[in-house]
Amino acid sequence: MPGEPLSATPARAAAFVRQDPAPACPPPPSGQGVFAAIGDNLFGGWRSSMMTIAALALLGLALPPLLRFLIFDAVWSAPDGELCRAPGAGACWAFIARKLPYFAYGSYPIGQRWRVDLTLAFGAALIVWLLWLDAPGRRLAAFLFFFAYPILSFLLLHGAPSFGLPTIDSDLWGGIFVSLLVATVGIVASLPLGILLALGRRSSLPVLSLACAGFIECVRGVPMITVLFMANTMLPLFVPESLAPDRLIRPLIGVALFASAYMAEVVRGGLQAIPKGQFEGAQALGLRALPTLRFIILPQALRHVIPGIVNTFIGLFKDTTLVAIVGIFDFLRTVDSARLDPVWAGPTISATGYVFAALFYFVFCFSMSRYSLFVERRLSRGRDR
Amino acid sequence: MPQDNQKPAIEIIAVNKWFGAFHVLRDINLSVAPGERIVICGPSGSGKSTLIRCINRLEAHQSGKIIVEGTELTGDLRKIDEVRREVGMVFQHFNLFPHLTILENCTLAPIEVRKMARAEAEAIALHYLGKVHIPEQAHKYPGQLSGGQQQRVAIARALCMNPKIMLFDEPTSSLDPEMVKEVLETMAELAREGMTMLCVTHEMGFARQVADRVIFMDAGAIVEINGPEAFFSDPQHERTKAFLGQILK
Repeated sequence: MPGEPLSATPARAAAFVRQDPAPACPPPPSGQGVFAAIGDNLFGGWRSSMMTIAALALLGLALPPLLRFLIFDAVWSAPDGELCRAPGAGACWAFIARKLPYFAYGSYPIGQRWRVDLTLAFGAALIVWLLWLDAPGRRLAAFLFFFAYPILSFLLLHGAPSFGLPTIDSDLWGGIFVSLLVATVGIVASLPLGILLALGRRSSLPVLSLACAGFIECVRGVPMITVLFMANTMLPLFVPESLAPDRLIRPLIGVALFASAYMAEVVRGGLQAIPKGQFEGAQALGLRALPTLRFIILPQALRHVIPGIVNTFIGLFKDTTLVAIVGIFDFLRTVDSARLDPVWAGPTISATGYVFAALFYFVFCFSMSRYSLFVERRLSRGRDR
Repeated sequence: MPQDNQKPAIEIIAVNKWFGAFHVLRDINLSVAPGERIVICGPSGSGKSTLIRCINRLEAHQSGKIIVEGTELTGDLRKIDEVRREVGMVFQHFNLFPHLTILENCTLAPIEVRKMARAEAEAIALHYLGKVHIPEQAHKYPGQLSGGQQQRVAIARALCMNPKIMLFDEPTSSLDPEMVKEVLETMAELAREGMTMLCVTHEMGFARQVADRVIFMDAGAIVEINGPEAFFSDPQHERTKAFLGQILK
């Protein structure tokens, strides 16, 4: 055995038997340091060198005009579209700055916009509290966010004349806060609904399983726009005139149902991955179905499918732009209508508006993605070998 | 030897079971006295695992009667709950909950099923983890333990429910050879303390040392029941002889 001191008898101890382990060799030089990594990965052979050079050339072609448009030639402040219309002018950020209140609040009355600010601030604080895994009192945060906050935000946004808050009709709502509202309601409703649907689909009761599978397949089988149209035109037919849901509530229900059908299949994937032994282990301990689900099955199943859940959330967040089709002034719709303002109209206005919209959606989606990676890493800490 | 004047801990009367068209249990009759240690052996597919899984209704039998601690197992969920509270089970693949710590694995059922206070449940869990010689692992996760340690945790987890009967379904079959011993020793300790035990295993040394009776099953039927001495030295049936010849080379 090399490296193991041999306890040979003196008579048989030969001069060539090592008594100590050989000193460890240093690792090969490559793979150490930044430059070595660059050399290995980018110029590790003529083929990869060619690829590297081609990629650099492409970047060289694409980046300068992009940077010129977005930064160097951009118009940062202007009273109207005059400067932006000048030949060779880049992105008209002045337009964005000027229209920002409209992008944020839509046509919500200017004097009442503090109510939206307050709602968003409360929401942001509660979400941070919930997402910060080490924060104290997260149960309280969950209670506030899922039960108190919806009521509070309804009173604030819609109005409560008895508290001196005039009613603001949802026709006037618009912009970023409506997008966030639709996305939040969709996300918050779709996960529990999706879990219920997934469990229902796996149920051994044929009626329940068939109903859940039927719902999932029907909703997944049609485009979201169809679901929104249905929600908009058909929901009012099912309930009496006086109870007909608000024109903002209808697409909210549509979005939530649509997302929950997708969520159900993601969650079902996680449930399939749980070995039968986990159910049997719980049963043998005398745990009933509900505690087994709550303590054993769902925590594991949901952890398996965090990437899929977040994928659905991100898709849902971007799909909220579709509510514009049934007349809701979401963020993208406000951008779309603001660029037609004759005061600002110009050749770069549309591009500027859409780049801004893209940045907005990217920041939110990318944050969700990073947060989910963080949670995954955090949950697997110490648990997997 | 356990005395016969008490009512049996488990009574199995003319039990039959099919998986589809496959007759997996044929006319099983068995009575287990309190404190009795029984080892069940037999070739794979002989129905021995299915038999003990019927005792806590992880499998449902289709005819006959199974009475555990005076409660007959039927489709009645309340009776199944009653029986499962009194019967602990240890599986071949441990079936620990990987997302919970060792301590949480052991306290979950006492807290949720027995409605025990957390502090009390933890004290009991630490007591039994001490008994299986791994109290220092209480705050680790199952994935961080060796197979033998995981199986001992599984035994402790079952004991935390304070069961009257323990079922072992090939508890050492998925362990590395050097870990088999530590698990068997834990089980032997448990046997010495008078636990009623049914154990499906191929560890014949364990059977000889611990069992009051050894059952040999083949093709879904009990072929032979005998005390361990007689069973190993003087098997009555050809099939038993063939089986023992196979594994006791």
